[in-house]
Parts: sequence; C-alpha cells; structure tokens
Amino acid sequence: MQLTLWTYEGPPHVGAMRVAAAMRGLHYVLHAPQGDTYADLLFTMIERRDTRPPVTYTTFQARDLGADTAELFKSAAREAYERFSPQAMIVGASCTAELLQDDPGGLAKALDLPCPVIPLELPAYQKKENWGASETFYRLVRSLAGARRDRPLRDCKSCNILGPTALGFRCRDDVREIAKLLAALGVDVNVIAPLGASPKDLTRLGDADFNVLLYPEIGLAAAQWLERAHGQPFTRSIPIGVGATRDFIAEVARMAEVDPASALETNDSRLPWYSRSVDSTYLTGKRVFIFGDATHAIAAARIAQDELGFEVVGLGTYAREFARDVREAAARYGVEALVTDDYLDVEAKVAELQPELVLGTQMERHIAKRLGLPCAVISAPVHVQDFPARYSPHMGFEGANVIFDSWVHPLMMGLEEHLLTMFRDDAEFHDAAAPSHLGEKQPHRQPSAAAVVSDIILAWADDAEKELKKIPFFVRGKARRNTEKFAAERGLSTITVETLYDAKAHFAR
Amino acid sequence: MNALAPLSGLANGACDAAPVIQERGQREVFCGLTGIVWLHRKIQDAFFLVVGSRTCAHLIQSAAGVMIFAEPRFATAILEDRDLAGVADIDDELDAVVDRLLARRPEIKLLFLVGSCPSEVIKIDLSRAAARQSRQHAPRVRILSYSGSGIETTFTQGEDACLAALVPMLPPAPENASPSLLVVGALADIVEDQFARLFDVLGVAPVRFLPMRRAADLPPVGPSTSFLLAQPFLADTAHALQERGAHWIEAPFPLGAEGTTLWLRAAAKAFGVSEARFDAVTSPARARAEQALAHYRDALAGKRVFLFPDSQLEPSLARFLAREMAMRIVEIGTPYLHRRHMAAELDLLPKDAPIVEGQHVEKQLDRCRAARPDLVVCGLGLANPLEAEGFATKWSIELLFSPIQGYDQAGDLAELFARPLNRRARLEV
Repeated sequence: MQLTLWTYEGPPHVGAMRVAAAMRGLHYVLHAPQGDTYADLLFTMIERRDTRPPVTYTTFQARDLGADTAELFKSAAREAYERFSPQAMIVGASCTAELLQDDPGGLAKALDLPCPVIPLELPAYQKKENWGASETFYRLVRSLAGARRDRPLRDCKSCNILGPTALGFRCRDDVREIAKLLAALGVDVNVIAPLGASPKDLTRLGDADFNVLLYPEIGLAAAQWLERAHGQPFTRSIPIGVGATRDFIAEVARMAEVDPASALETNDSRLPWYSRSVDSTYLTGKRVFIFGDATHAIAAARIAQDELGFEVVGLGTYAREFARDVREAAARYGVEALVTDDYLDVEAKVAELQPELVLGTQMERHIAKRLGLPCAVISAPVHVQDFPARYSPHMGFEGANVIFDSWVHPLMMGLEEHLLTMFRDDAEFHDAAAPSHLGEKQPHRQPSAAAVVSDIILAWADDAEKELKKIPFFVRGKARRNTEKFAAERGLSTITVETLYDAKAHFAR
Repeated sequence: MNALAPLSGLANGACDAAPVIQERGQREVFCGLTGIVWLHRKIQDAFFLVVGSRTCAHLIQSAAGVMIFAEPRFATAILEDRDLAGVADIDDELDAVVDRLLARRPEIKLLFLVGSCPSEVIKIDLSRAAARQSRQHAPRVRILSYSGSGIETTFTQGEDACLAALVPMLPPAPENASPSLLVVGALADIVEDQFARLFDVLGVAPVRFLPMRRAADLPPVGPSTSFLLAQPFLADTAHALQERGAHWIEAPFPLGAEGTTLWLRAAAKAFGVSEARFDAVTSPARARAEQALAHYRDALAGKRVFLFPDSQLEPSLARFLAREMAMRIVEIGTPYLHRRHMAAELDLLPKDAPIVEGQHVEKQLDRCRAARPDLVVCGLGLANPLEAEGFATKWSIELLFSPIQGYDQAGDLAELFARPLNRRARLEV
C-alpha cells in the first residue's frame, strides 16, 4: 500500500486511452465501473480535443455485480462496434474490472465481431500509464503489422515515426518538426504512429526501411519487435537540443544511406549564437535541477550542461522502467539520480539543493512555485498550458529555439541583473522587488538548509547581516546558505563580515 | 441495455406529471470520490484518505485540477499487487499508512477512510479499520469511514455517504431542548453566513450546519431538531437524521429567488414565524435577487436547454431556469431521482419536460443533437466535443464548486448559464 498525494502517472488503461485517442478508426471498449469516465476530460480539457476519446465504458454498478457483468461487457462491445464501425478494437479492464476476472478478451472473441479485436492485459496494481501506452502500442503493432514481406520499390528510403500519443508533451509539433528534418534528408515518412494513424496504416509499418523512435517510453517495445520481426533498425538518438539533433541527423543519414550535409546546413537554430552572445554570460554555472520522464530529463541535462553552460545539480525520473538510463546519465554529471514517483521526495530534494532553475513536469512547477524558484516544464504529465496555440516543438532545431526561450525567460536577463545591482537602492529596484518580468510578488525564500542540518545555532553579527543585505537579493539566499554551511563546517557560532567574505572566497567559482 | 421505459405517474402520483424515463447504459458521470474536492475545503481540519487504486488518485487530482493545492488534505492509499495477493496484511498496511499520515499532519482532527471500487470489490472492511484506528488515536483524531466508490455512488452521493457517516457521531440534543434547525448539505461559507443572518433576523434559532467547518463543532441532533436539506442528493443522510428523531422540513431547494423563498419559508413556518414577518425580513433580499436576475432574463428567456445527468441538482436547476428565467426545457437528465425529496420540485416543473433518470450517453447525445438546444448543461468530458459540434455548453461541475444558493447568488447562478451564450455572441472568429 503506497500513500500518494499526487501521481505522475495514471493507471495503465489511461495509457491505452492515450494510444486510442491518438489514432483514427480504433475503438477501445473498457470494462470499468461508473466514474472511470473521468479520464475523458483529460483529453477534452487538457488537450482541448474537439471529439470524445474513442472509448466505450461498461460503467457497471453494484447492482450489476450481482447480475452479469460479463453480459454487460458483451452488449457494450457489440453496441460500440455497431455505432462506431471501427477498423479495429482494443478491449480490456480497468483496475476494478480486473478484480472481477470477466476476461474481456475472451468475451470479445466470442462475439466474433467483423473487425480485428486486440485484447489488452494491463495489470493495474503493478503498472502505470506509460507502460500501459507502450504495451497497447506494442500489442497493436504486433497484431496488425503482419509478417515480414518484401518492401515496395521506392526512389528513396522510408521510415516510420514511432511513439507520439495523445496527451504527450509537445508531440503534435515534434512530429511536424521531425518530418521536416526527414524531408530535408530526402527520407520518406511511411507511417507516423500512434498519433494520427489508423489500424490500416499499422498494417503498412513493414514497408519502411527503418524506424525513428521519438519517445522510447511509449514506442521502444514496438520498435524492438519491428526490428526482430521486420528487420527494421531504429534510431537511438532523441533529437532534443542542438547536439542531439545533429546526432540524430547523422544516425538517420547512416540508416538511410544519404548525405547528412543538406539537413545539417538547414540548421536554423539560434540557440548556439544566443548562448554565445554576451547577455548569456549570466547563465554560466546556473545550478539546475531536472526531473521528468527519462527521455526528456536525459535530453534536458545534456542541453543544460553543453548548450547553455548550466551546472546540473540534480537529475531524476519517475519512470522506473528507464531508471538505468537516467542513472547512467546522472553519473556523467557527477550527481546521483533521483528515481521516485513520490512527489514529496522530489520536493525535499529541490528544497535541499536550492537550484537556481527547476526543469520538470507540472508537479515540479508547483514545487518550484512554493519554493520561489524559476521553473520551466520539459515533460509530461501535462497541463493545458503544455498545449500552446502556437507552433512550439521541443525537438529538432526549432525545438532548441523554443527551449532556449522557455528555459531562459524565467531567469533574470543578464543586463537586467547588472542594472538591478547598480540601482538596488532606488525605490523601484529595492531589494524586495522581483525582476520586472516575474510579476510583483517577491518569491518566498525558504530557510537555508545549512541552518537546519547543523546542530550549532548560527548567529549573524549585526554588521554581517547588514553586509549580506548589500548583496543582490537573487544571489543573497545562496550567499547566506554558503556562509552558514562554511561557518557550520568550521564550528563557528557567530558569522561576522569576515566569515561572509571568507565563505565567498571559499565558494568562488 | 434497455429501451426507454416510461414510468408514467410514478414521480408524484399525479396523472399530469412530467414523464420519468429510466435509461441504462454508459454513464458519463463522476464517482462519489469526487465530493472530496469540496468536502476537504469545507471541513477545515478533516483529511480524506481514499483506500483504492492509482485510478482513484488520478481521478481526484484530475477532477480537482492538477495540483492546485500544494499539500492537500486528501490522499490515496494505493493498493498494490502484494495487498491483493495477501502477501501483505491489509489491516497492518492501512494502519501504517494512517500512522504515518497523522504523524505528518498533527493539525488533522477528523480522518475519513474512503472506500473505492477496488476496496469494495475485495471487501476491505473500512468501518472496522476506522474503529480500530479511532481507539488508537483517540482523543486527538476521530476516524470514520464511508464509501465513495463508483459502484455504490454517483458524484454527489459521495457527500451523502460522508455526511451519513457523521450522523451517528453527532451528540444527542438534550431531552428538554428547545427546537433547533439543522441545515444539511455543504454550502459555501459565504452562503452559509447569509442564511445564518436571515434565520437570525427571522428569529429561527438556534441554526446549525452540517457539515460543520471544524471537526469539533458537531451539531447536536434529536427529536427537537428539524432539518432543511440545502442539497438534493442527501437521501442517506436525511434517513440517518430521521432515525435520530429529527424532522425533515419539506421544501424545494434554495436555487434562484423563488427556490430560496420557498426553502426559507418552509423553515420559518415550522418555527412559527408569521407570514408578515417573513415577507418583511426577506423582501429586501428578494428584491435584490429579482434585480440581479433581470439582467440575464433577456439572454435566457425562450432559449432551449438540455441538461445531462451529473449532480442530481438538475431538476432544481431546470425549475429555476424554466420558472425564473423563462427558458424551455428539452430534457432533464439526472443520475437518480429521489422522488420524496424532489416532490416539491417536481410539482413546480413544467409538465412537458421529460425527466430521464440514469443514462445511456450515446443515445442521450443522439437526442441532444436531434433537438438542437440553445444550451447544453453537461460534464467536462462532453463539453468541448459538443462545442465543436456547434452547441453552447455550460460545465455542470461549476454548479458544485461555485456558490449558487440563496438570494444573493441567484444572479450569479443565472450568469453561469448566460455566459456561454454571451461569449458566443461576442466571438467573430
């Protein structure tokens, strides 16, 4: 039994819904009690979808438990087929129906519906949303892609794009950006799935020469099966950030046997120049904490360190299935990976590290808000804000531009930081004033960690406290924390002006 | 799934009553766990621990809007494989979770263990667990249990189950106590305060409210207690109060100026307040409500409205929209119709407005599309898809989360229905 306040992932059948809602011509019949229909509003509200997810729920109640829930499932499946005439159906149970052991797969088979019906076994008490999406996609691909056959003759190589779903982080625009890149390389896109694909499209997956895997959390199992069954290799690099996008182009070029030069030349990313321009010097060594699904967290760490010159002080994921990858990445930055789906653990870690920027999910956005830290969202779980009206990919060169803006804007601009220091005694720029673009409220400062961890009660001498106030507010918290840590380590009970500057020298970087 | 089965005349025994149709099929409604979203705000030192699955946790966080409260007074003890397989002892596991929770939140005085679909199906005895834990944590924390499961409860019935669990805890009113009034059903604090002031001026006293704002303020109950239902979905709570000897004051529900007047008047009458005094006390507020409603009447009068089932408020809302806003009612969906509690409302409803109890969402959508109403009142799962089909919609959940009862909210209630129409009139894109 696990005590949970907020969850990063829903149950596995919500993952199946993310696949079903992404596709066309597929219908999901879900054996589920009344109330489980709440999941519809994730799609209609968060993603602002203009249609209901293609899901029929049996919505059984207590009175049905005494009667025949299996019969209820059968009539729901039959009615769903008659009403929606899907090309294929997936059937399964949510957590409660799993306990009833009605076997939706067997019941649906007995109905002998005139379309392929794919049973899903999604153990709700073991697994979670991303696994459910991955398993569903894998089952669909396995059932529909058929046996290996000769590929049609084409002028150029072709690939499938695997992994984008409904309610994914920026999937809608990532797919467009990556398709553009592939076009520049002269590679045809055969099928994009699940997003926008029909069951019929899945039968054509085998026609491609290779697969582009954008979101391993969702698409890895399917890509691995296609590699085994259809001899299609798949890409390992995830094109998030300039460096990773270049790696991705090189990898695709190798698989497609094309020259990567043209695609690399079309590189219109402003990130490299923006990062080198002098205003960005203030970004140097900013301490950043990163948490999300494995794919986005690992990619974010690389961009943070190599492309923006930040220091990665924490890296973690809620995706236990990909914990090994995140641990390996964390080791590269000399930090220990935080692998947890407990929101309170993440909050405690952020409070302890006091980073200058948090890159995370909507959960971390709230943690950061509470701790008064700047934050940008880089990963699902998503929020209505993560479906912007404008074109806003996270992948490819345009994605790198979007990332530069969305990570840097919550921070203080370089020149602004400089001016605030100069004019800090001015009424408008007084110490309590936040940067102009951050609204009027001064972020709430947490008591420093050093004062808490140490048993010694640290006292600040009056003159040291006054001196501390002369330090710009946005680095004052760090100065206080470092000084207290420095004093605690040396067993000092009073912090003087000297201690303050000794600590400054000690921590200088 | 059954075809439509009209049960003519069952509603109130009158042959000219609106037809009540029962329908079965897919229900696009929340389960009773959703009530936690407003109940935890109302009882300020109570905590709601759902014993359920990841789906339950996901539902509450989605229905509440993702993460608006940093550390909320609700949580889920998520059942895992080892709990189901009997590897872990569920009682031990649950006790450990409760101990950890109460150690972390010393301000909590009342803890509800809330049953869910999986906990019902595997028959976890939460009332026994609550009794055991209550002994352990008394007197600091009282621990109660109720079921918010979707197999037992629909949306607002979760509040009914919660309040019904509280009733046995209420202290007995003394034998010789003078008559007192109990207002039952969660209302926004501001609405509660308005009603308290009105009752005070009317001379109806003492007046108490259930749920109470703090766990320690349990209202006494006994044969000297009369109670008014502020919400239409409290069947079990009303029954439990009657078992304690309390008397139900029958009235329509306090939605709109008329509903509020009839509701207050029923109480005033029971407490011997003269008609003249009642009119004198309520007329300023009634005039204010009328004035506020007049702003929206042009926008709503003559418009056709279709209500999907959601909260059991639908018949009362339809009565308000038909009688005070002159709207035409196409269909009144409701998850359940408590014929006794609703009798006063049904008498006021237009006789040609069909009431559909239960739901078959696909057939209901077919009827809605065929009827082309001007406004559809529905849940969030249906609203955007219907908007995309060209219908103006009002999200029904807002009717639970916003203060809508009483004279001074009558205008706000009308505005909730007028806003989608107003917005459509403004947009040129």
